[in-house]
Amino acid sequence: MTLSIGQVAPDFSLLDTQGRKWSVASYDGAPATVVVFTCNHCPYALAWHDRIVDVAREYAARGVRVLAVNSNDADRYPRDSLDAMKDRVAKEDWPMPYLHDATQEVAREYGAAVTPDVFVLDAEDRLRYRGAPDANYDNPGERAEWLREALDAVLSGSILERPETKPVGCSIKWKS
Amino acid sequence: MRDLDVELLWWEGCPSTERALDAVKEALADLGMEGVSVRKREIRTDDDAHDAGFVGSPTILIDGVDLVPAAAEEQIGLSCRVYRRRDGRVSPTPDPDDLREALRSAAERAEVTK
Repeated sequence: MTLSIGQVAPDFSLLDTQGRKWSVASYDGAPATVVVFTCNHCPYALAWHDRIVDVAREYAARGVRVLAVNSNDADRYPRDSLDAMKDRVAKEDWPMPYLHDATQEVAREYGAAVTPDVFVLDAEDRLRYRGAPDANYDNPGERAEWLREALDAVLSGSILERPETKPVGCSIKWKS
Repeated sequence: MRDLDVELLWWEGCPSTERALDAVKEALADLGMEGVSVRKREIRTDDDAHDAGFVGSPTILIDGVDLVPAAAEEQIGLSCRVYRRRDGRVSPTPDPDDLREALRSAAERAEVTK
């Protein structure tokens, strides 16, 4: 299954690295939610990470919530285990929760394919943008512009001219 | 006198193969070694990865030696490899300067005719 632009995103309930439960449902009135599938060991996810962190920090004041989700099979890829996620968050300064999708159910329901894979939801949890953070993982100067464009459009109620881009990254490591 | 043996090991789960191949060819051209061919070898399974000591895609072997020796924490398996550019940035491909330096050193060792 792949979530399509305009569809209401399926709700989920996942725990973060501190054991707190998070849901995508907009019970807290967030005007926009970013769900980004990411992981610990993919060079693309790592290259884009700081830009996504900057977006999370800068848009928090406008009520935007960013949820990072790791769905990789930790049995085959121990660097994506919950313990490894906890270690990483403890060492770095994360402005967003890092959620563990141990069953991979959330990734399947969203149709996430790679890390990073960005999904922007509006206040009604409808998908407004899906794709890469920006055009070039190798250029920090891109500043996750596609993600920012999507958030600005959602927050201002304007039409998003680029609702989908091709996500670029490492394939999600599915359980066999 | 002999040619360098340059081999690119790749796995389909990473989109960086063609970029890495282009980088190798560009480095060879920069060094005047356009005649050196680059072999591609697909790593399909965990068994393939173990047989090749494959720690991630892309891995570039020059005369059988990894361009960037694997760090202790890198695990053998089907994954995308994390490289560091000389400026510290994370990248899915090696730093072009590291690539050129490795090729130049290997060529000097092999006394390749340019």
